[in-house]
Amino acid sequence: MIEIGTALPEKIIYLDRAMLKAYADASGDQNPIHQNEEFALSVGLPNVIAHGMLTMALVGKYVTDWSGGPATVREFGARFIKPVIVPAGEKVDLTINATVIEVNGEGIKLDLVATSAGVKVLGMAKAVVVKR
Amino acid sequence: MLAPDSVGRTFAGADSIQISQSEIDAFAAVIGETDTSIASPTFTIRISLDQFQNILTKPEIGLDWSRLVHGDQKFEIFSQVKAGDNLRCSATIESYRVAAGNEIVSVRSDLHNGDQLVVSSWSTLVVRA
Repeated sequence: MIEIGTALPEKIIYLDRAMLKAYADASGDQNPIHQNEEFALSVGLPNVIAHGMLTMALVGKYVTDWSGGPATVREFGARFIKPVIVPAGEKVDLTINATVIEVNGEGIKLDLVATSAGVKVLGMAKAVVVKR
Repeated sequence: MLAPDSVGRTFAGADSIQISQSEIDAFAAVIGETDTSIASPTFTIRISLDQFQNILTKPEIGLDWSRLVHGDQKFEIFSQVKAGDNLRCSATIESYRVAAGNEIVSVRSDLHNGDQLVVSSWSTLVVRA
């Protein structure tokens, strides 16, 4: 039974520099802050950071694994409030949770929470899906 | 600085962006999606950000792409993007403000396949002071 307040199972995905490189190539976003540590530090970042849109794509995968595949998403939005910091040679977590906040004829609305190293990285993250 | 008269205007982008299976596959592979019969929900950011860069950095509009960060993103998906689709993109500058020297631009991308609106997305782009 899916109703307001239903919680989805938590999932942890691990990101590393290789994933950032693969996302840069797949998305076309080659901004060096996502690949080059020296450059990232030079613009005041703590280290190389993940593309906000990579974080969002991974949260999207979490949603569609639950809702029944990539065709089920009607709306999906988020604010990038803190970066996912990806030091060389490390795997960093992206921990995702969701709660159902609305159920109606349009679909199911989810409130999404994504953290990395205990820090909330997305704000106002919501998706509307039609579950299959 | 963004040209003030560009706010509220819609700009035509590329009128024929052909979607290939290999780019759908590459995007899906990064996030571990195995269903590549359609594009992943956020796939079209690949098109929209590229189109925004082409359009917004034109001298008459004047956005500085080199100091850009992505503030937020929203998608409304009306139908699925598939390999072989030919998409047309337009960009509408919905709002613009300057806060503490940062330029904050909200821009909407509309992707059409023929007469059909496939995906609208909204990006807030911040040019850091």
